[in-house]
Parts: sequence; structure tokens; C-alpha cells
Amino acid sequence: MLANYLPVLLFLIVASGLGVVLLVAGKLLSPHRPNEQKLSPYECGFEAFEDNRMKFDVRYYLVAILFIIFDLEIAFLFPWAVALDDIGIFGFLAMMIFLLVLVAGFIYEWMKGALEWE
Amino acid sequence: MKVIYLLVPLACLVAAIIAGFWGAKIGNSATHRITITGVGLSFVLSVVVLFDVLDGHSFNGSIYTWGTSGGVSFEVGFLIDHLSAVMMAVVTFVSLMVHIYTIGYMRDDPGYTRFFCYIALFTFAMLMLVMANNFLQLFFGWEAVGLVSYLLIGFWFKRESAVAANLKAFLVNRVGDLGFILGIAAVMYLFGTLDYSAVFSAASEKQNAVVTGVLGYEWSWITLICLLLFVGAMGKSAQVPLHVWLPDSMEGPTPISALIHAATMVTAGIFLVARMSPLFELSTTASSVILVIGGLTALSMALVGLVQNDIKRVVAYSTLSQLGYMTVALGASAYSVAIFHLATHAFFKALLFLAAGSVIIALHHEQDMRRMGGLRRYMPITYITSVIGSLALAGIPPFSGFFSKDAIIEAVHHSNIPGAGLAYAAVLMGVVVTAFYSFRLIFMVFHGEPRMDKQARSHLKESPWVVTVPLVLLAIPSLLSGGFLVESVLGGHFLGDAVAQGPSAGEGDHLTAVGLMTHGFLAAPLWLALGGVFLAWIFYVRVPSLPGNVSQRLSLIYRILHRKYGFDQFYQWLFASGGVRLGEWLWKRADIALIDGFAVNGTANMVGWFSRVLKRLQTGYVYHYAFVMIIGVVVFLSWGLWS
Amino acid sequence: MTNQDILVVLPEIVIALMACFILVLDLYLPATKKKKFGYGLSLVTLMVGAGLSIVYSEPAPVYGLNGLVLMDSLSAILKVGICISTGFVLVYSRGYADARGLWKGEFFALALFGVVGMMVMTASNHLLSLYVGLELLALCLYTMVALRIDSTAASEAAMKYFVLGALASGILLYGMSLLYGLTGTLYINELSASIVRHDGSTLPRTMALILVLVGLLFKIGAVPFHMWVPDVYEGSPTSSTVYLATAPKLAGFAIILRLLADGLGSLATEWQGMLLVVSIISLALGNIIAIAQSNIKRMLAYSAIAHVGFFLLGILTGEVSGYASAMAYILIYAVVTLGAFGVILALSSKGVEADLIEDYSGLNQSHPWAAFIMLLLMFSLAGIPPTIGFYAKLSVLQAVVNAGMTWVAVVAVVLSVIGAFYYLRIVKVMYFDDLATSHPGLQFRPKQDARILLTINGLAVVVLMPWIGKLTTLCEGAIEVLF
Repeated sequence: MLANYLPVLLFLIVASGLGVVLLVAGKLLSPHRPNEQKLSPYECGFEAFEDNRMKFDVRYYLVAILFIIFDLEIAFLFPWAVALDDIGIFGFLAMMIFLLVLVAGFIYEWMKGALEWE
Repeated sequence: MKVIYLLVPLACLVAAIIAGFWGAKIGNSATHRITITGVGLSFVLSVVVLFDVLDGHSFNGSIYTWGTSGGVSFEVGFLIDHLSAVMMAVVTFVSLMVHIYTIGYMRDDPGYTRFFCYIALFTFAMLMLVMANNFLQLFFGWEAVGLVSYLLIGFWFKRESAVAANLKAFLVNRVGDLGFILGIAAVMYLFGTLDYSAVFSAASEKQNAVVTGVLGYEWSWITLICLLLFVGAMGKSAQVPLHVWLPDSMEGPTPISALIHAATMVTAGIFLVARMSPLFELSTTASSVILVIGGLTALSMALVGLVQNDIKRVVAYSTLSQLGYMTVALGASAYSVAIFHLATHAFFKALLFLAAGSVIIALHHEQDMRRMGGLRRYMPITYITSVIGSLALAGIPPFSGFFSKDAIIEAVHHSNIPGAGLAYAAVLMGVVVTAFYSFRLIFMVFHGEPRMDKQARSHLKESPWVVTVPLVLLAIPSLLSGGFLVESVLGGHFLGDAVAQGPSAGEGDHLTAVGLMTHGFLAAPLWLALGGVFLAWIFYVRVPSLPGNVSQRLSLIYRILHRKYGFDQFYQWLFASGGVRLGEWLWKRADIALIDGFAVNGTANMVGWFSRVLKRLQTGYVYHYAFVMIIGVVVFLSWGLWS
Repeated sequence: MTNQDILVVLPEIVIALMACFILVLDLYLPATKKKKFGYGLSLVTLMVGAGLSIVYSEPAPVYGLNGLVLMDSLSAILKVGICISTGFVLVYSRGYADARGLWKGEFFALALFGVVGMMVMTASNHLLSLYVGLELLALCLYTMVALRIDSTAASEAAMKYFVLGALASGILLYGMSLLYGLTGTLYINELSASIVRHDGSTLPRTMALILVLVGLLFKIGAVPFHMWVPDVYEGSPTSSTVYLATAPKLAGFAIILRLLADGLGSLATEWQGMLLVVSIISLALGNIIAIAQSNIKRMLAYSAIAHVGFFLLGILTGEVSGYASAMAYILIYAVVTLGAFGVILALSSKGVEADLIEDYSGLNQSHPWAAFIMLLLMFSLAGIPPTIGFYAKLSVLQAVVNAGMTWVAVVAVVLSVIGAFYYLRIVKVMYFDDLATSHPGLQFRPKQDARILLTINGLAVVVLMPWIGKLTTLCEGAIEVLF
């Protein structure tokens, strides 16, 4: 039974190996010219550590929320695509309805100008 | 027959509705034609019903079920037997006469159509009352006649005295009606039904039912019911001490005095007791009370009648006194005799009132007898019919009053329940007084020297035919009905089995009219009556200065009588001003200070204060809100986990 | 997937699709046609939804979508009620929202999505579908409260509502997850049996019950989870207030009945005591604080808290007659509240919010008909005969007395009498005070359709009285099949 987990073990080994190789290669091969911007931790365009009462642009959140919706859509699509043979036409239609609803939302946000920064 | 029973009251109701709503539109003469047709139809049908009943038919059934509640049904139904048939005939006959008479009497009154509406409505209500077969409908009729009576006493509502009088009549009747409705409630409680026949048939088995009242006394239910119902009868039939409204009711137009306050409505109490005779027979206590109250009323009100100078008030006090006689008969269990006197009295008293009205219009609304006199030359028909009425009232054979009054006196004489002796003495004395005041009226109004001013005398003439015809038509039964009916009354089959037969109802010896008359010549009442007439003749024709001397000599008694024993002043002091003072005290101390100040406004202020304090809980900070929620969760959790 | 599955949720499907359609259509239509089309389509959709709910209704429960949802008389009646009251909301709001720039596609779409959420709530047989319905409704409500972007009060109200709503949702979810852990099922109709089978410590069971109860009580706004109610009622535009004051109450009744009476019915003795406390303090607090209010929307918010307390009385009897009386109560309450807010909306005009009680002084002199309708509605809210509000209170009290809790009925009556004060004060202000002169005064200029519906709504409060017994029969029939 434990043999079933062999691919997982292989996956772990390959993934960590690849990560280590890439990091090491980057360290060895790339030029190294650091400055302040490059050294600070980065998140969503903000300073990571500062007064939390600062003003920020609400558009960040708008974009983030819109992004999450379609991000999750993809997360739903992968297992659906894998299982499409088993769930048949019913599964296909269900996903189409789901996508249709998302499309309606997409059209709405597009037409309302939510995708434009300015 | 059912259709006819229905038509009798409905004809009057329809006439009243037409007269009431469209009277102004269709005009005076159309109004009186319609109402007279309606009431005339009722009268004819009533006579048909009467003959049908005399043939031995009777009816008891419901017409319409108004509602059912908790197993008790409230119905409109008729009970047609000898008693109700006689009452229907009397009521519709007198009512018809009064309708005709009104055409002449009210000719120039602005409220002409309103008046006809009221009296037709009254006839309807009275018929519903006498035809009822259950207490609910009886109560409806009872209150409806009271309402119309109130409206009619205050008919001339711009006159302050009329408004005061109708208010007084209404309030005093309230007292009686309270007793009446309590009586009905007691019937309802004891028997569980409002139907006469069911109540009567169950009455004897409930005879020994007792209720423990205040102070731990045990009351017989039947006695309680009878006394409560009789309180109602006292109010409507104006028995001492609830009689004070009737003399004042003379503020209404004279036809009303004749119809409502002499012939029909005030006899509703008498009718009630006769109708309830199966109950009253079971309670000697109630009979005694009735006997004493009746005797008191008969004598004391006759005495007040002696000193009145207003022609209508004399007749009013005589009505009170005669109602006392009827009540005495009821107390002596001579129910058919009471109804017999009710019928004869209805005829001759209506006659006397209408005759008085005739005199009043001839003198242009002059009512003081001291400004009359010698009218017999100007108004012969009024004079003759008045004399017939007075002879009947005084009880001189062969006029109707003789038979009915003699029968009452005999019945009391033979009764042996407590109080009978007192009542017997009272009614015997009453005979003298009655004869005296009724002939005092005749002599003062129609004999002697004319005392009115010249101008009034020049206009004197006999009243028109619409006035005199009813007088004549009423004079006939006043003269004849007594002798005609007396045999069946004394034989015990006048009212059939509609009323309970008292122990002293039948008289062995003199069962015929002639027999009673010969008996009458040997007994006291006739001679007392003749003595009264003679006295009146001496006082007011022979020696006209005598009344003044006597009243000065006996000034104390005169004053007592003139003040009507002070009932009005006493009620005024106790109930009117006492009530006002008590009300004021309760208003200031109890209502304003305690209830308003402390209870009502105090509570309100407290709630308002709470409200303002609790309002501050709503701070507007979302973290406070969340905090309250969390507190709530914690409290619930700890409660749930503890228990 | 069978036909039956579709039929059970057909009204929801239709309304959801139409909501998407209206939302998109709104983007493409020229500005002049937008309002008309959105409005008309929404009304038609709601009518179709109500019609489908009636046509495909089944008296006994019919399950669909693997038992996620069900259909029975209860859900049919409430769905129809939700659709109709939302239709009334749209009609009443038109003039008001139009004058404030709120009359647009989003309003219709949000209202319709909310309706879908409510319908799912009434029809849910599964903790997840119930929660999804609840959140769908809640998200729509948060947005509708904030619909007026330029108003700080509206934003503040929406923020509070959202934060507290999220808190309550968390509590509810925690309770639900505990329930799942205890019983291993999410199906509501299986909960009751499974939860008794669990033996051992009652602690997790009690905790789950309390957390679910708290979540539900927050949604209907009962003390002490009521703090959001006054601020949200007052802060949101009246066109949104009327929406969130009526139809969600029906859905709230449905989930309370399904989850407490049905799903957790075997724990009735435990939640009855808590409901008793909650309903009495709701009645007390709602009625007493309402007296001190000067804003009629805020006053109606406290009145809503008191009414929720009253209808919980019917629930806590734990008997069919009690549930039926609570259902009748909440239906009647929705009708009357609709009318009350309808009058407020009709009296508001561009730049005038008819939301201060003093604005109503002397209304009878300037607009006697509006004042009369308001009088009927206030009498009904106060429970004065011969209005249906009286009947509603009476039937709940009857159920409470029959359940042997006479003292509770007495307390409820006393608190209702205190509550009558502030309703009657509106009447007094309208009829006995002088016409307000300090400000422009109210204009009663509803659109024609709103005027007709308002008249019907107002008179129905009295005219329906002879047939009100039928409502109880209907409610009893709907609830009897469940137990």
C-alpha cells in the first residue's frame, strides 16, 4: 500500500531538488548589485511594516477581489477537466452554467469600467 | 296565523320607518295616513288574533334565531295566548285612537311627522314586548318602549323642563332596568335558557334552590329572581319609590300621556309580573313585597292627587294610584284581575287624558284648573265623556272601573299572605280619595263659574271631530267593557291558562255582572266611592270656600302632600348633589392624584425614563455592538453549560 | 438529475437567471429605457416566481438535488410571500429611489438575488444550502444598504452590518460544524434523530445548539443580537430599509422553524428557555427604547425588534398551533410593515426624507388619505382591533396560553401596551398637532401604481379581517405536515 505513495515521494524529491538547483544557479550565475528597493520585502505594492492607518487606494482591493474570483474559477476547472469523462453531459452543463454566471459578472465588471486603473 | 302575528308589529314598524325617514318629503297628511293605516291594520289583525285565541288556539314558537352562544340561543319568537292577545288588542286600540286624536292635537306642531314616527315606533316596541316568548325579546321591547318614552317626554326639546323631565324618566328607569336585567341574568344562570315555557316548566323543581348572599343569608333563587324582575316592573310601572318620573313625564304632548304614560307602557310592569306569574306564585315573599308596595302606591299617590291644580298632573297621579291597585292585585295572586283592571283602566284613563287634552287645546294650552270652570256649556262632548271616564275611575256601577276595582278589593280581602291586611286598608281608603279627586277635577273644570279671562272665553268651542271621535270611541269600552268581561274574569277563564291561578282567584257567590252589582251595593267600596263624590260636590260646588279653609287648617298635611312627600327633594339631595360631591371627590383625589398622577403618568414617566437610559446602550460603535453580541453568547453558553 | 430536481428549485432558477439577465441588459440599454425595462422585468420575474411556487407546490415535503432542498406547503407559502412583498417593495421604492439615483440595474439585480437567497433558505433541507442562501441574502443586503455611495450614514450602516453579520455567520458556521461533528450529517431532517443518539457528554451538543441559535437570532434581530438593527434601518436609504424589513423576516422564520423546531426539535426543552428570555427582553427593550426615538425609521427598527420578540413567543411554545400562529404573525407583520414604509417612501420626495416623527405633524390637514392609511397601519402594528395586527397578537397569545404559559402572555400584553404608545404617538402627531411650518412639509406624490398598492395595502389591514381565519388554517396546514 505504501508503494502507492511512491509518486508523491518522487514528486517531493524532484520539487525540492529543482528548487535548490535553481536557487543555487541564480546565486552563482547572476550579477549581484543590491539596493534598498531590492532588499525590502514586497507585498501588493505596500510597505510591509508601517502605520496601519495609512491611506491606500481601494482599487488594489477591487483588482484583488476580481482576481480571486477568476483564480478560483481555474481551481474549479482543473478537477472538472480531469473528471469530465466520468461526469458526462450533466457535469459539462453544470460547469457551463457556472461559467455563464461568471461571464455575466465579467461583462458587468468590464462594462462598469472596473478593469481600468484610471 | 304566523303571517298575521308577524304583520301585527311589522305594520307599525314599517309605518314608523316611512314616517321617520321620508315624513318630511311626503308631507303631514300622507304621514298620518300611512301611520294610521299601519296601526289600524295592526288593530284589525290583533282583533282577529284575539278571536282566534278565544277559539282556543294558541302559539308559541320562534320566528328567527338571532344567534347562538354557548348552547343558549337568542331568538325572536312569539307567545300568543289569552294574555298577549288581550294586551295586543288593548295596545293597538288605544294607539289607534291616539293616532287619530293626534291629527287634531298636534296640527300646527313643526314636529308633526316626527311625532307620528315615534308613536308608531312605540306601538311596534310595545307589541314586541307583549308578544315575546323569551326574555331577550322582552328586554328588547322593554328598552325600546323606554327609549321612545324618553324621546317623547322630551318631544319639545327646546323646553328646559321637558329635557329635565325626560332625563329624569330615563335615569329613574335605569334603576329599574338594572334590577330587570339582573333578574334576566339570574334566570339565565338558574335555568340556562331564556325561553318562557322552558323556564316556567322548570320553575317548580328549582323552587328550593338557594343562593348564599351577603351576610350569609340564604336566599331562595326564585324569590331573588322575582324581586329583581319586580324592581324592573317598579321602574316602568312607576311604583313607590321609583314613581317620581311619571308626574314629570306630563311635559310630553298629551296624546303621549294618554298612550304611553297611562294606557300602555306604564302597564308593562303589570304585564311582566302577570306573564311571570308561574314564578311569582312560587314566592310568597315576593308577593308580600308586591302587595305592600302596591298598597302604598295606591293610597299615597291618590292623596297627592288631591292637591294638584294642573289638570294633567291630577290624571297622572290617578294613574300612579291605579297602577298601585293593579300591583296589589298581582300581589294577591289575582293576575287575571290585574290584567282586567289594566284593560279597563287603559280605556278610561286614555279617555280622561284625551279629554284633558281637549280642554287644554280649547284653552290654548292652559293647564291650571284654577283658571277653568263652567266648561260643560261650551264643550258638551268632552264633558260627557269626561264624566263617563271619571265615573269609571271612581268605581261607580255599571261603569267598567267598578267591576275591575271591586274585583281587586275582593281579591285582597280574601288574600291571607303577609301584608294583605295593610294593602286592603290602603285600597279601601284609596277608593274615597279616588272618587274625591276625580270629581274635584270634573267640578273644577266643567262646573261653577268660568274663571278664565275674557279673551280665552270668547274663543271657547268644542274640539274638532278628530278629537271628539276618539273620545266617544274610548267612552264606549269605558262604559261597557267591565260588565262585559267580568264574568269570564271571575270565572277564571279570562286569561285561560296564560297566567297562574292564585288561590283567591275565584269567587263562589256572585259570578255574574248583575250578581257583582247587587253584591256591590251591600259592600263598603261603592258607598265609599259615592261618599267621595259627595264630598267633592260639597267642597267644590256647594261650598267653594271650603277647600281653602281646610288646607289652611291642615297646612302641615297639605304641605307634605304638595311636596309629594319630599321624594324629589330627597333624591335631589342624596343622588344628584351627593353624587356630584362624591364624583368630585373621586375625580380630584382618586382620579387626578392617584390614578392619573401616580399610576398612569407615574408609569409613563418611569417607562420614558427607562427609555432614555436604555437608549444610551446604542452607542453607535461597532465594537460595542460586537461586544454585546459576545456577552450574549457567553451568557447563553454559561447558562446552557450550567444546567 | 431528474425533472423533480428541477421543479423543486424552478422558481429559484428562473429568478436567478433573470437577475443575471437584468444585470447585463442594464449595461446595454440606452439610459432612457433602462429604468422601465429593469422595473418591468423584475416585477414580471417576481410574479412568475410566485406563480411557479404555487403551481409546483406539494403539500408534503418533496426532496430535490440529493436532498439539499425540499418543497412543501411551508416553503410554497413563504416563497409566494417573499416574491409578493419584494414586488411591493419595488413599486413603493420607485419614486424614492429614482429621485436619489438609486433606481438602476443593480438595485433590481440585488433585490432578485436576495429573493433567490431567501427562497433557498425557506426550501433548504441541508445546513450548507441553508448557509449559502443566508449568505446570498446577507451579501445582497449589505450592498443594498451601501447603495447610496455619497451617504456616510449608509456606508457606516453597511459597514456595521457587514462586520457584525460576518461575526454572526462565523458563530453560526461554528455551530453547524459542531453539529456535523456530533451527528455526521448535514441533512436537517436527519439531525433531530441523530443528535439524540449521541450519548456521552452533553457539552458539545449544548454548545452547538447555542451557537446555531445565536446565529439565527442575529439574522432576525433579537436582543441581545439586535444592535445592528436600528443603525441599519436608519442609515440605509428607505428603499433598502423597506426591503430588509419585510421579506427577510419571512425567510428568517423559515430557517428558525426548519433548524430549531424541526432539526433540533429533540432539544426543544433546551432552546425553549433561551427563546423565552430572548423574546421577553426583545419585547421589553424594543418597546421601551422605541418610545424615545425621534426618527420614524429608527422607531420602526425598535418596533421590529419587539415584533420579533412577539413571534418568538409562538415558536417557543413548541407546538404546531404555536408555530402556525408565529407564521401568521410574521406574514401579517410583513404586510403591515410594507405599508408603513410605503407611506414613508410616498411622503419622501427629492431632497426630503420623511423620516422624522415631527415631519408628520398635522399630516391629516395636508394629506388626509396618507394620514388615514398610516393610522390604519399604526393601529395594526399596535394590535388594536379590528385590524389584522390585533388578530396576529391574539393568535400568538392564544397559543402561549394554551401551552400553559399564562404569565408570559400577561407580560407580553403589558409590554405591547407600552409599545402601543409610540404607534399612537404617530397618530396623535398626524391628527392632533398643527401642521409643521418650520420646514417645507411633506408631499404625498407617489406614482400611480404605488398609490393604488398603498391604498390596497392600507385597507387590507382592516378589510381582510373577516377572512383572517383562513390564514391560520393555511399556516396550520402547512406546519402540520412537518410534524
